[in-house]
Amino acid sequence: MHIVGILGRRLLQIAATVLVVAVLVFGLMRLLPGDAALVLLGERASDEAIARMRDQLGVNQPILAQFWDFLLRMVTLRFGDSVTLRVPVSSLIAERLPVTLLLTGMAAVLALLIAVPLAFWSAVRRGSWVDAAIRVFAQVSVSMPVFYIGLVLLITLAAGLRWFPVGGIGTGFLEDLYYLFLPALTLALSLSAILLRNLRESLIEVLDAEYVGFATAKGLPRGLVLRRHVLRNAWVSTVTLLGLHIGSLVGGAVITETVFAIPGIGRLMIDSIFSRDYAVVQGLTVVLAVLVSVVFLALDAVQAALDPRVGT
Amino acid sequence: MSDEAVAPPAALRPAATAPRRKQLRLPATGLLGGAILLLFLLCALAPWLIAPYDPLAFDYMAIMQPPSWEHPFGTDNFGRDVLSRTIWAAQVDLQIAVFATLFPAIFGTLAGCLIGYAGGWVDALFRRLVDVIVTIPFVVLVIAIVAVLGPGLLNMYIAISAVGWIIYARLMRSEIIAQKKRDYAAAGRVMGYGRLRIIFRHLLPNAASPLLVYWMTDMSLAILLGSSLGYLGLGAQPPTAEWGVLIADGKNFMTTAWWMSIFPGTAIVLGGMGFSLFGDGLATWLRRRA
Repeated sequence: MHIVGILGRRLLQIAATVLVVAVLVFGLMRLLPGDAALVLLGERASDEAIARMRDQLGVNQPILAQFWDFLLRMVTLRFGDSVTLRVPVSSLIAERLPVTLLLTGMAAVLALLIAVPLAFWSAVRRGSWVDAAIRVFAQVSVSMPVFYIGLVLLITLAAGLRWFPVGGIGTGFLEDLYYLFLPALTLALSLSAILLRNLRESLIEVLDAEYVGFATAKGLPRGLVLRRHVLRNAWVSTVTLLGLHIGSLVGGAVITETVFAIPGIGRLMIDSIFSRDYAVVQGLTVVLAVLVSVVFLALDAVQAALDPRVGT
Repeated sequence: MSDEAVAPPAALRPAATAPRRKQLRLPATGLLGGAILLLFLLCALAPWLIAPYDPLAFDYMAIMQPPSWEHPFGTDNFGRDVLSRTIWAAQVDLQIAVFATLFPAIFGTLAGCLIGYAGGWVDALFRRLVDVIVTIPFVVLVIAIVAVLGPGLLNMYIAISAVGWIIYARLMRSEIIAQKKRDYAAAGRVMGYGRLRIIFRHLLPNAASPLLVYWMTDMSLAILLGSSLGYLGLGAQPPTAEWGVLIADGKNFMTTAWWMSIFPGTAIVLGGMGFSLFGDGLATWLRRRA
């Protein structure tokens, strides 16, 4: 029952997010110097096109009516046409979105695959040199900017050892996985360090708890105690933290896609900024914000399933 | 008589105070962070004393030289000394660390104090706003704002400040809410002090240590974000030497002249580590002292 309540609240929150982002983007576009129609269409637009765009933007209407129109267009995914690529922004985004989703999904999985075993190792062997080495790894990883990790991996593993392609994506799903491995690793490293630190703390806390001592005293095998009693209770905060960092993962994807020349929506955003293609930037900002809220929603459901106390 | 019973035997006293003094020192990792920051501060304040060459001087006789005794970090595609450029860039990157966080810290603290003390619908509204804002990817929002304002350091500060204050406000709000329930706050109210006096003279000093610690962490994040935007071409503009810009300069020569990017990159990692280690050390120190 309580899951329904949480989902309802989250859906309302997504609606609120769309509203706030719309206000922000609408306000930002008003900050653009000069004629909005001219900016959206580019310098070489014909007079009729500009007149039509002005009409469409409703520049002559009161500001609230303009905003209402704008909101309706955003909600129905009518973001207008890209100035440089001459196609609807929504189809452009739809075409590029799967790559970015695959990249961030892979990165989240990789981050967990790195963080969970290392955190365990570090927590169980607390105070040893293994623990120290893992903590240094975490400290260095969080202090490295994503683009730099990407470049280092590019020179060493791709250009140097030639284990991986230097950029782009493949043809077909399996090849995509291969092409996206290095970018996903790049994105995953700093996230894994954040998760690792947190999980290590909560593992240590749980390892010292009386019920773990009791389970061990009962004579349960070590592996079973760690899996059933320790991990299950340390998990929850890690999932919460992963959720909180989905936004930064998406932000990191924008940068990673630029470094590895991946044709996803992050690269599209940067390219559009330099070609002053504001219709694309505006559409992408809205889509990305909504996307992250949807992931938040999904993670809330996962969390409620993992821990019955959540949401009560 | 009862006083004597409470006081510890004289022989135990030195043993009891020695660890106390040790506790009052900054932890070793915090000292390391502080040392790194000092080194960078020195580079930023007097680069002409430390840097062996002019960071902007072209030398066509020494183009893309690998690291050597004359050029410890090598030279770039115009023959400029990478070490000197990295040292001069400390100025810009430390400036980013300070300027990108100064407004958010001050404004966010003020807003958080007022919101936390006011409570009621103001607080409820703020919490809804925070719930929404945290779902919007920070980097994407900053990039979108820079896109509209145009690339450059000043616009980058504006973009980061426009979004960054909310985190400080959220932090301060919960601190103030915890503090205002304490007896000394009630005492202040009974004494008839004004709200602003209670907030800023009594509550804020007691709530300030998490703020300081977060500020340090935020400075390290600012360096990472600032250099990322510099790399993308949205932050500091060439020929300004900034670590992210230097890395971008070298990225086309990654396979032939790796030193052009690797050394400025190491500077970013060290700078980020300096702030975060110092911040962690500060947190431990403040916790022990309390």
